[in-house]
Amino acid sequence: MSGHSIYEPQNSIIQWLERRLPVASLVYSSFIVYPTPRNLNYWWTFGAILSFMLGVQIITGIVLAMHYTPHVDFAFDSVETIMRDVNYGWLLRYLHANGASFFFVAVYAHIARGMYYGSYKEPREVLWILGVILFLLMVVTGFMGYVLPWGQMSFWAATVITNLFSAFPIVGDPIVTWLWGGYAVGNPTLNRFYSLHYLLPFVIAGVVVLHVWALHVVGQNNPTGVEPKTEKDTVAFTPYATLKDAFFIGVFCLFLVWFVFYIPNYLGHSDNYIPANPSQTPTHIVPEWYYLPFYAILRAIPSKLFGVIALGGSIVLLAFLPWLDTSRVRSANYRPLYRQFLLIFFLVVIGLGYLGSKPPEGGYVIAGRILTVYYFAFLLIILPLLGLFEKTKPLPNSISEAVLRVGVPLGASAPPPSGGWA
Amino acid sequence: MNLHRSTILALAVAASLSAPCLRAALAQEQEVPPPPQRWSFAGPFGLYDPGQLQRGFKIYREVCSTCHGLKLLAFRNLADPGGAGFSEAQAEAIAAGFQVTDGPNDQGQMFQRPGRLADRFPPPFPNDQAARAALGGALPPDMSDLAKARSYERGFPWFIFDAITQYQEEGPDYIHAILNGYENPPAGFTLPPGAEYNKYFPGHAIGMPKPLSDGQVEYTDGTPTTVDQYGRDVAAFLAWASEPKLDERKRLGFQVFVYLIVLTGLLYFTKKRIWHEVKHQPELTEPRPPTEYRRS
Repeated sequence: MSGHSIYEPQNSIIQWLERRLPVASLVYSSFIVYPTPRNLNYWWTFGAILSFMLGVQIITGIVLAMHYTPHVDFAFDSVETIMRDVNYGWLLRYLHANGASFFFVAVYAHIARGMYYGSYKEPREVLWILGVILFLLMVVTGFMGYVLPWGQMSFWAATVITNLFSAFPIVGDPIVTWLWGGYAVGNPTLNRFYSLHYLLPFVIAGVVVLHVWALHVVGQNNPTGVEPKTEKDTVAFTPYATLKDAFFIGVFCLFLVWFVFYIPNYLGHSDNYIPANPSQTPTHIVPEWYYLPFYAILRAIPSKLFGVIALGGSIVLLAFLPWLDTSRVRSANYRPLYRQFLLIFFLVVIGLGYLGSKPPEGGYVIAGRILTVYYFAFLLIILPLLGLFEKTKPLPNSISEAVLRVGVPLGASAPPPSGGWA
Repeated sequence: MNLHRSTILALAVAASLSAPCLRAALAQEQEVPPPPQRWSFAGPFGLYDPGQLQRGFKIYREVCSTCHGLKLLAFRNLADPGGAGFSEAQAEAIAAGFQVTDGPNDQGQMFQRPGRLADRFPPPFPNDQAARAALGGALPPDMSDLAKARSYERGFPWFIFDAITQYQEEGPDYIHAILNGYENPPAGFTLPPGAEYNKYFPGHAIGMPKPLSDGQVEYTDGTPTTVDQYGRDVAAFLAWASEPKLDERKRLGFQVFVYLIVLTGLLYFTKKRIWHEVKHQPELTEPRPPTEYRRS
């Protein structure tokens, strides 16, 4: 792309390495001179935040694994030993547990940004699908991690979630037995969850490499949704994006640190400090907060099988966004109707999250069904139709023009602008 | 303009959708929330009060330990910094007052010996079945994590404020409330056999008989010997038992906070300075590696 200068290392060792494995020039072209749109806002820093959080989770997780015992009789006590007797064990565990929550905060912000600015549209479909795969991997990894402390919520969450597969006719029960490694959630289940919980983060890291690779092929989207056209539209990744990302990682860490040091158990459930007891069911089994919207969708549907299908569909459908959204304008800033429907969609997801934490009775069920209908209607009906009927605002000719707030409108059907672009 | 319209629209939709839930929530509200207490360890700078933890430990030892274990704690923890503030000699003396099962010895027998600093608190019953048999079917929970394992529903919007006010003491508040919640059952409430009525216990029928009464445990420091005070002291002790690193956590937390605020501030101003030329000279945007970067 434009703006690439040829990398000519001065250091003789790097020159030697360059002729054999051009890793230095790869880093140079990907993270130093890589052109990024000059008008990116702070919503674009969540990619860097997510990479940072993946690193935090892997590092704290590896040390925690050195002290953890994956056995039904010792798991709970070994976590308590980490908290009480391992040097800074409390810090490692609280960082890891709250880090998981903040990982999801960041991924939801990242997905929301992608949806608002239409980042999934041509030519970024594969980039987007890789992102949905990453999100799915995160969901599975987070769930298995929550099972490891082997408290009441760990055990019962594992029971409820694995039991979902029994909804499928014929193959359901054998699948559940296969997942459990027995006829109930027990030691084999805990062992395999531990093994997979250690494995999947590295799978995530691998897919992140593909995600970043795809990103560097197609380039970043930006708030206007207009592709960079000249060098005026971009700035170099370093120092511009690097410093912006670093600053916002600092801001993000301030929130994380608030939770880790002052309210470390706020996001958890008190029942998970009770050791797992297969003969005593908690009054309300609730998943971690980041799964609550999907849990609400599951419970909104009266049939178990269709509930499970809706639960899976609510995530998998996101992968089809590039084709469900028929509009050719990317950014919601230029799509007044889409913008409103999308903001309602975000509120609906938050509402579903609230309902997911409530017992499935009375008004909660009715509200859950209404919001679930909107969730799917937005993706399957509103999005395809909007692209056909919506009158979009005129797009700027280029990013620099949008930044400078001047220029002639582009877009055939749109009226001329009456004011600023913002 | 656009923002306002869509926000109002979205809020209206959200409000109309949540109306039925609010009604359901109100209909459910019959549980009495525990009255909030003042805790020395609340807030960003709150630490444990060693005097209070020692009083709480006295209550645990004289009253609770008959039925409730404390298996995750060792006697050495009593002398840990940021805790009850016992000296090592005092903790050793306390340990020696407990009989601990050890062995097997050379003859292959298990035997009893006085406790040592490294020992964990011995369980009050050899197993759960023995506890149930002795207590008419009720199983007293281990108290090591009790203050973190008990909570109550805060509800909307309180749970949001809790994140800002750092309210983390649901467990101690609940324990204090339970100890002060024994009452005669209201008319029409039938208690199952062997249970007592407690205002704050979920379902109100609690298996534990009223454990504390005024003047039961002697205090030497002039603190009033009321059930209210006992409840607060033992709840504070259990808060420490469940979270013994709280002092260390909050001290380190403050240092991390100061460091991060300074670092983030520096990053902000560096970022602002570097972006200055982009914001103010739109035509000057040729990508340059950082080594070549000079302020224009």
